[in-house]
Amino acid sequence: MFEHYLSLFLKAVFVENLALSFFLGMCTFLAVSKKVSTSIGLGIAVVVVQSITIPVNNLIYNYLLKEGALSWAGMPEVDLSFLGVISYIGVIAAMVQILEMTLDKFFPALYSALGIFLPLITVNCAILGGSLFMVERDYTFVESVVFGVGSGTGWALAIMALAGIREKMRYSDVPDGLRGLGITFITVGLMALGFLAFSGIQL
Amino acid sequence: MKIKETLFNPLFKDNPIALQILGICSALAVTTKLETSLVMSAAVVAVCGFSNLFVSIIRNHIPSSIRIIAQMIVIASLVILTDQILKAFLYDVAKGLSVYISLIITNCIVMGRTEGFAMKNGPFISFVDGIGNGLGYSIVLIFVGFFRELFGSGTLMGYKVLPLVADGGWYQPNGMALLSPSAFFLIGFFIWGLRTWKKDQVETE
Repeated sequence: MFEHYLSLFLKAVFVENLALSFFLGMCTFLAVSKKVSTSIGLGIAVVVVQSITIPVNNLIYNYLLKEGALSWAGMPEVDLSFLGVISYIGVIAAMVQILEMTLDKFFPALYSALGIFLPLITVNCAILGGSLFMVERDYTFVESVVFGVGSGTGWALAIMALAGIREKMRYSDVPDGLRGLGITFITVGLMALGFLAFSGIQL
Repeated sequence: MKIKETLFNPLFKDNPIALQILGICSALAVTTKLETSLVMSAAVVAVCGFSNLFVSIIRNHIPSSIRIIAQMIVIASLVILTDQILKAFLYDVAKGLSVYISLIITNCIVMGRTEGFAMKNGPFISFVDGIGNGLGYSIVLIFVGFFRELFGSGTLMGYKVLPLVADGGWYQPNGMALLSPSAFFLIGFFIWGLRTWKKDQVETE
């Protein structure tokens, strides 16, 4: 049993890395990776939000939206799965808001370190994508917790690595038209190529 | 004149992907085939145009403190509609696009345009702006999809263009074009080309 969860975790971090093999959360990934320190803050925020929202959305899907899920309320033939995305995005927005207020009240240092990144996470497609993959692959509750932590960690690792490379790249001579965004795309492409080495690994 | 500019500026002069860094997220994984790229482009153009139109119509009635949620609801409803239409009429393509249609909700182009343009302008011009930005996004998507399918499998829209070695032809397919990293390289080169053509977009450091 434990082995199953461990392999799911490693798969979510490396083999199916949200950023480098599914291209999720690319906008923030490219825009907020200029400095290592900020990218660490954003990475941590994503891990936290991801590991809360995916399990919560799992409960919502299994007990409210799935076909026949409402049988506990005496309505076994209701299928609300078309309301999926709109409820997940609601949960994500609400979770981010709650997290923001909690951090502000109890951990002001962390709150000011995360700053603007916390609200930005609502529109980070890695978070919504995580929930959608959870539904598509039909994870159980415990699996969804593991998947949430794992996929968040994978995304955080990827953005920290990219920020490290970009800090080094400031000393290199890049052609005019490629400077900035262009070379970043090519760097991410090379990183994704590296992560391809993990694909096909069976755990 | 203003309408024409609003419609055509996002194509090259102010391209959402190449210059504004918006909406890269849900785009790249769907570009292995030209057909899926075209369907995805059409979906984004439609969602972007209509969400701009509807947000602009109700812009004077949205209190600014809840505007993000209000925009989100408009966008999410349109995306669900698109998803259901695709599932009904183009089931195979919809299956291939998997979660990426739903991810249009968090596509920053849509959100960015409703927030940045439709909240301040009239319905018609907002609609045109949405269509224009959707088209700017489509250009990049179709460019990437075209080259990935041509070099990766030697076909375009499923029709054979380059005869493969496996079928007795001369073209040895480039497997990397079907893998994810090639999309990044293609967009990188697209930006390079665009900025060589329009020098004012070069970033200074």
